Amino acid sequence: MFLLGALFVALVVVLMYVAAGSGAAWWPLIGLAGIGVAFYQWWNSDKVAMKAMRAREVSPEEAPELHGMIDRLCALADMPKPRVGIAHMDLPNAFATGRSPERAVVCVTTGIQGLLTPEELEAVLAHELSHVAHRDVLVMTVASSAGIVAGMLTRGAQFGALGRSRNSAPAFIIVLVVSLVVYSISFFLTRLLSRYRELAADRAAAHLTFKPAALASALQKISGGIATIPQRDLRASSAMNAFFIAPAISGASLKTLTSTHPSLEQRLEQLARIQAELGRPEA
Amino acid sequence: MGLWDSIRGRTAPVAANLDALFEVPSAAITLQTELGLTPTGDASVCYRSAAGAAFDTTQRAVVELLQADAAAPAVRLEADSFGFTWLSVTGDPTDTAGLCTELHAVNTSLEANGFGPGLLCTLVPFVDGSGQKMGLVYLYKQGTFYPFAPTGPQQRDNLVEISVRDALADELPMEKDLSRWLSLWDAPGL
Repeated sequence: MFLLGALFVALVVVLMYVAAGSGAAWWPLIGLAGIGVAFYQWWNSDKVAMKAMRAREVSPEEAPELHGMIDRLCALADMPKPRVGIAHMDLPNAFATGRSPERAVVCVTTGIQGLLTPEELEAVLAHELSHVAHRDVLVMTVASSAGIVAGMLTRGAQFGALGRSRNSAPAFIIVLVVSLVVYSISFFLTRLLSRYRELAADRAAAHLTFKPAALASALQKISGGIATIPQRDLRASSAMNAFFIAPAISGASLKTLTSTHPSLEQRLEQLARIQAELGRPEA
Repeated sequence: MGLWDSIRGRTAPVAANLDALFEVPSAAITLQTELGLTPTGDASVCYRSAAGAAFDTTQRAVVELLQADAAAPAVRLEADSFGFTWLSVTGDPTDTAGLCTELHAVNTSLEANGFGPGLLCTLVPFVDGSGQKMGLVYLYKQGTFYPFAPTGPQQRDNLVEISVRDALADELPMEKDLSRWLSLWDAPGL
């Protein structure tokens, strides 16, 4: 994901530079096109994610239990009901996507349906619905566009600071390096934001279902299940990690800084705290 | 829930709207005169029970409070397959106002102890001359009512439901979004 993003930023910057170098006045357009790609991903996030996961939307007749759970959770939370999808894969996971709560899709894999008890599945759905209510797809898209914006600003600043050295190689390198450094920083900050929002969704789910223990055991089962899945399947879905309830790959180095999700210990700790709060008389 | 709160990921659970229940008795009279539906004398509250001692204490206190009444109605607790608890009271079919007072006591006790966000719905069943049951359901979070008329294990009579909605449209805030008319197949009293 990181290399992919860095490459994308580098490409946008190089294109912008080439355009400006050739004397064209339309170099900001390429930056705007980069943002346009991010915007397109956000705008069509429901379709893109469903297609990437080979998920299919299901009607209440096809999946009555799943719909019944989501109906009740949405009535409890007073939010519009999202569409429901099922992806046929053994990887136990669930994700929520869509540009707004009105256009959202909540999707589960057949693997998670087989692995979890109804109570645990409900907790997972509550977590995904919290993502929808918190507009996490929008927030994360804006956050990851920051790298592109930074690249554009650097390019704009270069006109002021570096003056007439437009076609020289050092100026190009400086712009590229600054853009990539800014992208790296925004990458880590985006991951930090993602982890914070996972914890926020856990907390909201626990308060919605009143059952922090169910979410805790679901997370434990999912993390265990993911670790035992062969590596081949994992890579196939790695671009989707930011939307998952638990990440499907466990990186070795820099794990805590770059992971999209907080560690299991952190999440369980927060859930235990909520459990204690709920259990205290005169809450 | 403001946009700012949702952007920060700090949404608070939605509070329940309890007062609309007291409009049920007059709606019951309308249903009886216009559609021949009479109350069965049952009523139930559906809520999410929380884990922990605090909730157990509250729930026990509610049941004791209801049974302490001289004309104590029968109180039952049952869990459904969706993990919700149904607290049902059976009282005098002619005294809908009394039933609503009982339900209100349950709601206020739960809310006073911080479990108001767990309230899902309340159900007041009616029956017509042919034995067709119809439940008037109140959604706490939306503050709206809707009818639910099951005819079989997984079938509901939409015509009855729509005629109930039209009969009550002037009296009660009826739920406009039909996708919110949840099916409650295994609900007690239906």
